[in-house]
Amino acid sequence: MQDTSVMRPTVPAAPAGDPLIVMEAVNKWYGTYHALRDVNLSVGRGEKIVLCGPSGSGKSTLIRCINQLETIKSGSITVDGTRLDDSSRSVDAVRSEVGMVFQSFNLFPHMTVLQNCTLAPMRVRGIAAAQAEATARRYLERVRIAEHAHKYPAQLSGGQQQRVAIARALCMEPKVMLFDEPTSALDPEMVKEVLDTMVGLARDGMTMVCVTHEMGFARQVADRVIFMAEGEILEQADPETFFRSPRHPRARSFLGEILAHH
Amino acid sequence: MPLGYTLDFSVVLDALPALLWGCAGTIGLALAGMALALVIGIGGVVLRGSKHRPLRSLVIVFVELIRNTPFLVQIFFLFFALPNIGLVLNPTVTAIIALGVNGGAYAIEIIRGGVQSIDKGQVEAGLALGLHKGQVFRMIVLKPALRAIYPSLTGQFIMLTLTSSICSAIAAYELTSVAQRIESETFRSFEVYFTITLMYLAISWLLMTGFSVFSRRYFLYPTR
Repeated sequence: MQDTSVMRPTVPAAPAGDPLIVMEAVNKWYGTYHALRDVNLSVGRGEKIVLCGPSGSGKSTLIRCINQLETIKSGSITVDGTRLDDSSRSVDAVRSEVGMVFQSFNLFPHMTVLQNCTLAPMRVRGIAAAQAEATARRYLERVRIAEHAHKYPAQLSGGQQQRVAIARALCMEPKVMLFDEPTSALDPEMVKEVLDTMVGLARDGMTMVCVTHEMGFARQVADRVIFMAEGEILEQADPETFFRSPRHPRARSFLGEILAHH
Repeated sequence: MPLGYTLDFSVVLDALPALLWGCAGTIGLALAGMALALVIGIGGVVLRGSKHRPLRSLVIVFVELIRNTPFLVQIFFLFFALPNIGLVLNPTVTAIIALGVNGGAYAIEIIRGGVQSIDKGQVEAGLALGLHKGQVFRMIVLKPALRAIYPSLTGQFIMLTLTSSICSAIAAYELTSVAQRIESETFRSFEVYFTITLMYLAISWLLMTGFSVFSRRYFLYPTR
């Protein structure tokens, strides 16, 4: 596919070393709606990125392109050296290395917590049941929910379900975790348990790309905050700089609105 | 009763073994028909969602064709018309195919409704974990989808069971054809048809009980 867009000068924020995710001049349309405009983004190994911006700004779309839940119109996306083209092999290769956590948890209701966690390792990686279970228990332990391993999702609170969803993604031992507004569907008292889990994950060195409005979380773990509006990356900086002195007027008004609630 | 007619259920009593075998025949046809209908139903839904347009169209045409023509004509077509092109089937096999194909067309529409009721996020979660589309359908979508439409599907299966009486038209081995034979030998129509009415009622009740036992075992996970 030919990309005819003019390359805009990008912030040279790509970290040193061989990056894990590289998005170059990515464009996406929904019909006539331009959802992503010339997005360039490079995510280093171990890097934690927080994506923020008003709703409809393309944050979710951006991370959903990384594991091909959305297809792009032009540009290129490379994950751990595998370039995402239309071939199903590249899609499979990338999806099994990229974990995703959704706003609405999306646990499988007809499977126990343990079965939710062992399904993909067994069916995608071909790991034996006993070993998959051992791995699952280890990660369930890590998100502090091992005692609920034999319950069904509907028997758990939202916060517990989201922690199971994190463990389920981790069971594939992904190289990067994508979080799509993981706390937005939670009751306020459950936000902390999920954020704590994410902070723990960050401390352990996981590469993370998080769409979230939790600015406290961004301050605490993000190496880089990226601000998007109308499908465009308008600003990226380390959290300290971004929160203290956002340069773009849209980022300033966005932060004003967000922080007014805290 | 009109004057001069005295009920005599002794003929029914004499024919009871034959009638009970007829019940067994009906239940056998029904179960085989349901199995075929379920396979056609699920297979049809998969093809209906295919990315190949001809396959999708084929399913739509099949469903419309079956649902908008009489069952009796369908079974006559299978039994009397197909031999002309060299396909001869015995009555019981014909009956099973006819019931399965007919029930399958209805099952496609019912199961499709169930599949559509499943949150898109379920599919996305499966894909994001690296599962293929086929695996996502089999392992993630199918069971909750069947649960969602279980009452309609089993209702349709009861219909299928009762429809099997039409298979008496080609003398398939089932309750109504047994009853017709006894009636023609004894002329005790009231007694015979009254008895098999109760027997159909009992068969339906038995199947509904079976469906609910199955549902309690298979769909034991809680929903919200």
